[in-house]
Amino acid sequence: MRRLRYYGPAVAIFVGVLAVWEIAVRAFGIQQFLLPRPSAIAAAFTEHFDELVTVGGNTLVEAVGGLLIGGVAALAVALATARWTAASRALLPFAIAANSVPIIAFAPIMNNWFGVLNPLSKMMVVAVLVFFPIMINTLRGLTLVDRSSLELMRSYAATELAVFTKVRIPNALPYVFTALKVSATLSLIGAIVAEYFGGARSVLGQFIITEAAFFRFANAWAAIVVASAVSIAFFLIIVAIERVAIPWHASSRSAESS
Amino acid sequence: MSGVVSVRGVDKVFGTGRERTEALRRIDLEIPQGAFVSLIGPSGCGKSTLLRLIGDLTQPSVGTIEVNGKTAHRARLDRDYGMVFQSPVLFDWRTVQRNVELPLEMTALGRTQRAARAAAMLALVELGGFERRYPWQLSGGMQQRVAIARALSFEPALILMDEPFGALDEMTRERLNLELLRIWKQTGTTIVFVTHSIPEAVFLSTQVAVMSARPGRILEVISVDLPQPRNDLTREDARYFGFITRVRERLRGHDVAPPRAAEVAASG
Repeated sequence: MRRLRYYGPAVAIFVGVLAVWEIAVRAFGIQQFLLPRPSAIAAAFTEHFDELVTVGGNTLVEAVGGLLIGGVAALAVALATARWTAASRALLPFAIAANSVPIIAFAPIMNNWFGVLNPLSKMMVVAVLVFFPIMINTLRGLTLVDRSSLELMRSYAATELAVFTKVRIPNALPYVFTALKVSATLSLIGAIVAEYFGGARSVLGQFIITEAAFFRFANAWAAIVVASAVSIAFFLIIVAIERVAIPWHASSRSAESS
Repeated sequence: MSGVVSVRGVDKVFGTGRERTEALRRIDLEIPQGAFVSLIGPSGCGKSTLLRLIGDLTQPSVGTIEVNGKTAHRARLDRDYGMVFQSPVLFDWRTVQRNVELPLEMTALGRTQRAARAAAMLALVELGGFERRYPWQLSGGMQQRVAIARALSFEPALILMDEPFGALDEMTRERLNLELLRIWKQTGTTIVFVTHSIPEAVFLSTQVAVMSARPGRILEVISVDLPQPRNDLTREDARYFGFITRVRERLRGHDVAPPRAAEVAASG
């Protein structure tokens, strides 16, 4: 009952928008290639269901692979940077400058480096795309430690390793998960846009380009629905991991506890 | 009687040139075994700096500090200190028990020994049964008790407390004052306590070190020879008010005579 009251308004708005969309397309005679009806998109979705699952899966593999590569690299660099602060002071301006480069422009270069048909070329675009948000956020988490916490550890004559494992890394975990949640969405955007620059056929980006080229826009829209669903699912998986990994964090605390 | 802490001729200067700030000047302080010494003075007088010097969190510009006959640095490496700050500084990701175990994890103690010690310390601060809770599930006063349990957990020779009850309401503070005295009696530890509350300093301490405004100097170490153990009745004792007046006037810069015998007799 409480769930219904909580999610009810959102569901009502969703259904309402679809209804208005359906009615408006019919009433104003909007042409299919400009905006297909939701019912037409649903029909395209069921008709191409198997193919959509395959292409969606292939794109998800690229996104996850890229996030893993970029994430591991970002965590390693953040840890090294937090450990050797002198190095970080010299390198951070370059990292920030590199962060403002539109990474997606590198997609053709990555195709050239790793092979246009190799999924690794798409993963590398994703990896570079997610690297900076994860690295910068992790670094913040590792360095924005309460001064008293460090003095406390100092009063215990704690080793530098102990300070890292017992204070800095746990302190950084919420920052890491915040970055991962942002990166989940980012990784799917990166993978699909990289696919637009050419490559293996059975991926979401190529499916959308091909269907749009043949004016089968309902199919393209169906693929966009799949892309959104995959993106949301990826995000929710990371939220689930976060709840298990850092149950103590404010974002995981239930409303009942004081 | 040899002191647990012996501060000799210590100056502390921060910065250089125009930024130069003289925080402490010619500090001499002997703290005997089992004493409860409060440092009190106007804000910015360097009382926290003096505490941090004793705890080797910062080093003196001039002079020496010995703790248990060793340098402060050696004493820190030997884990002779328990620190309690104004904020509890508990780690959100650790349960109450694991927070108390934190200092023990730096020692060779095994897991079961750590748990046993933590349980004993939590019982001491009357938080038995809260082992599995997280810090954010506790009130501010309870969190500070966890911090005290943690400071006691490896039975340090010296507890350094920097305005530990400053952020708490008056009633919680008075209750924790009584608890702290009970723990001090039970463990026989030595406590150095920074506060800006005159009544708190008088109520708790065997000695109150009154400090001047910057550069901080110790104006006088007043021995508070109120009867032990102290309790709620102490706060109604005329001699208690006498000592409060003495500390207050000393802080203001007046020289006053110790409470007269007649007053002491009248209140006895």
